[in-house]
Amino acid sequence: MSTSDQQASPPRLAIPELLIGVGLLACAGAVAWQTLAIPVSPLYSKVGPKIFPYITMAGMVILSLLLILAAVRGGWQPEEEKETPTDRKAMGFVVAGLVANLLLIQPLGFTVASVIMFVLVCFGFGSRHPLRDALLGLVLALAAYFGFARALGVNIGAGLIENQLNALVNAVFGIGRG
Amino acid sequence: MDTLGYLAHGFAVAFTPTNLLWCLLGTTLGTAIGVLPGLGPALTIALLLPITYQVAPEASFILFAGIYYGAMYGGSTTSILLNTPGESATIVTALEGNRMARSGRGGAALATSAIGSFVAGTLGTLGVAFLAPIVVKFALAFGPAEYFSLMVLAFITVSAVLGSSSVRGLTSLFAGFVIGMIGVDLQTGQPRFTFGMGELLDGVDVIVVAVGLFAVGETLYMASRRYAGRDEIVPLKGSLYMTAAEWARSWKPWLRGAAIGFPIGAMPAGGAEIPTFLSYAIEKKLSKHKEEFGTVGAIEGVAGPEAANNASAAGVLVPMLTLGLPTSATAAIMLSAFQSYGINPGPLLLTTQANLVWGLIASLFIANVILVILNLPLIGLWVRLLKIPAPQLYAGILVFATVGTYGISQSPIDLVILYLLGAAGFLMRRFDFPTAPVIIGMILGPLAETQFRRAMTIANGDWTVFYRHPLSLTLLTLAFIGLAGPHIWAYVERRRLRGPEHVPGDA
Repeated sequence: MSTSDQQASPPRLAIPELLIGVGLLACAGAVAWQTLAIPVSPLYSKVGPKIFPYITMAGMVILSLLLILAAVRGGWQPEEEKETPTDRKAMGFVVAGLVANLLLIQPLGFTVASVIMFVLVCFGFGSRHPLRDALLGLVLALAAYFGFARALGVNIGAGLIENQLNALVNAVFGIGRG
Repeated sequence: MDTLGYLAHGFAVAFTPTNLLWCLLGTTLGTAIGVLPGLGPALTIALLLPITYQVAPEASFILFAGIYYGAMYGGSTTSILLNTPGESATIVTALEGNRMARSGRGGAALATSAIGSFVAGTLGTLGVAFLAPIVVKFALAFGPAEYFSLMVLAFITVSAVLGSSSVRGLTSLFAGFVIGMIGVDLQTGQPRFTFGMGELLDGVDVIVVAVGLFAVGETLYMASRRYAGRDEIVPLKGSLYMTAAEWARSWKPWLRGAAIGFPIGAMPAGGAEIPTFLSYAIEKKLSKHKEEFGTVGAIEGVAGPEAANNASAAGVLVPMLTLGLPTSATAAIMLSAFQSYGINPGPLLLTTQANLVWGLIASLFIANVILVILNLPLIGLWVRLLKIPAPQLYAGILVFATVGTYGISQSPIDLVILYLLGAAGFLMRRFDFPTAPVIIGMILGPLAETQFRRAMTIANGDWTVFYRHPLSLTLLTLAFIGLAGPHIWAYVERRRLRGPEHVPGDA
C-alpha cells in the first residue's frame, strides 16, 4: 500500500480523496465525450446546445485539479469521519437488500421484493428477528402499495400478491356496490 | 388590489375545508418527518411530487408548504431530545436545547422553540406577503442577462459561500448541472448526455436524485456508522408551560432571531445555517446568563436560533415565488412542482396565479397556528416517534424510496440510477460534500442555460452583454466577491499576521 511519495512529503497523500479527484476528472472526460457527440445544426451554431456543457466541463476540470491538489496536500476528510470505522458488514447487507429489490421487483412484484429488502436491511442494522421484520415489512409494503402508490396514482409493478389483493379489493367493492 | 386585499383573498382560498385538510395533513406529515432522523422535507416533497398530477396546484402547494414549515418544528424536537439534529438548520438548537433537556428543562426548551417558531414563522410569512410585491417591481426590469447573472450569484452563494469548502460545494453544483443536462435539449431538440440510452431521453427525474442522495445515501451512511454509537433520547422533563422568567428571557431572542433570519433567507443566498449561527452568537453575547451557555443550557440559545431558522425558511419563499430562484434543496423541488403544473415562477406569478400564491401565503399563517398546537399539547406523540428503532426506520425509508422511484416509470433503470446516486450520496457524506447544491444545480442549471442562451441570442452572440448591463454587472461582481472574497481576505490576514519582517524586500 505504501508508496515512496508518502514518506517524501510531510502531509501524507490521501488516497481516497485522490481517487475522488481523479474520478471527477474522468467524469469531465465523459462530459467532453458526450458533448462532442451532440449533433449541432448550423442554425444554432452560435449559442447552441454545446456551450453550457463545455462551460460545465471546464468547471469540472478546474475543480477536479483543485481536489487532486487538496488530496496531495493531505486530503480533507473530517477527522471525525476518518476515525469512525466503516461497518462493512452492515453496509453489505443493506447493499444486498437493494440489489435483491432491483432483481426481484419485476419477476416477483413490489411487495415480495420489498419484504426481502426490508428483512435484509433490518438485519444489516442489527435486528435479529427476521420473521417479525418480514411481517412488518409486509404490512409496510402493502400500506405503501395501497395507501401511497394508489393515492398518488403512481403505478408500481404488480406481482402475484398485488394482483390477488387487487382482485379481492375489487370483489369487496363490487359486492358493496351490488 | 393591494397586499392586504390579496391576502384577504388568499385566506378565502385557504379556508376552504379541503385546503384546510391539506394544510393539516402537510403540517402533521412535516412534523413527523422533521422528528424522524434520516427524513427531511426535500425528500418527502420529492416523494410526493406525483400528487401534482392528481390535485389542483393550490392543494399540492399548501401540502408542500405545510411539510416545509412542519419539518422545521419537528426538527427542533429531535435536536432537543436526541441531540441529533433532524435538520441541518437545527444544529444550533441542539447545542443549548439538548443541554437544557439533560438538566431537566426539556419542556421549557420545546416550548420556547415551538412558540418562537410560531412568532418568527408568522413574522416571516408577513414579510413574504409584503416583500414579495416589492421584489416583483424590481424583477420586472430583469432581462435574460440579468436573470442569468442573478442565477450565477445564487449558484455561488449556495455552493461556495455557505458550507465548509467552496471547491467541494461547487463540485456538487457542477454534478447537478450534468444531471440537469441529461435528456433532450429543449431549444433544439437534440439529445444530450444520454450515452445512447433511450431511457435517459426524458432526463433524470428530480425524485430519483433527491431520493438517491437523501434516502439511499443516508441509509448507507447510517449503516456504515454503526460503530459510531447512538445518541440516547433524553426523557422529556419539565413543564411545557414556561415560567414568567422564561418568557421574559425568550421574547427578545425570538424577535431578534426573526429579524436576522428573514432578510438572510430572502436574499438570493438562502440557507438557514448562517442566520441560526449568527443568532446564537448574538444571544450568547447579549445574555445575562452567560454561565448557562454550554453548561446547563441557556433558553436564549434555543429561542433565538429557532426563530431565525423559521424566519429564514419563510424568507427563502421570497426569491422562489418572485424570481423563480430556489436557494435550498426543498425550494428547488417545489420549483419542479411548479414546472410540473406548467407554471413558471417569476415576477408575473403573483398576479397571474393570485389564487395559488396568496392562498399559499395565507395557508402558511394557518400552518403556523396548527403547528404550534401540534407541537406543544401533542408533543408526547412525536416523542414516541423518536423511539422507532433504526433498523425498521431505515428499511421502511428504503421501501418508500422504491415506491417513489419505481412508480415513475416502472423501469429498473431508474432503480439502478437511484442506487448509483445513493452510493454517490454516501461518499459525499463521508467526504464532506454538501448535497443540496446537486439538487439546486439540476433544477436551476437548465433554467440558467435557457436565460444564458436567450441573452446571447438577443445580443447576437456577444459575450459582453453580461457586463454591459449595469445590473447584470453588479450581480456578477457580487458573485465574484462571494467566490474570491474569502480567499483574498484569508490571504491578507495571513500576510498581516506574519508581519512585515518576514517578507523583507517586499515593497
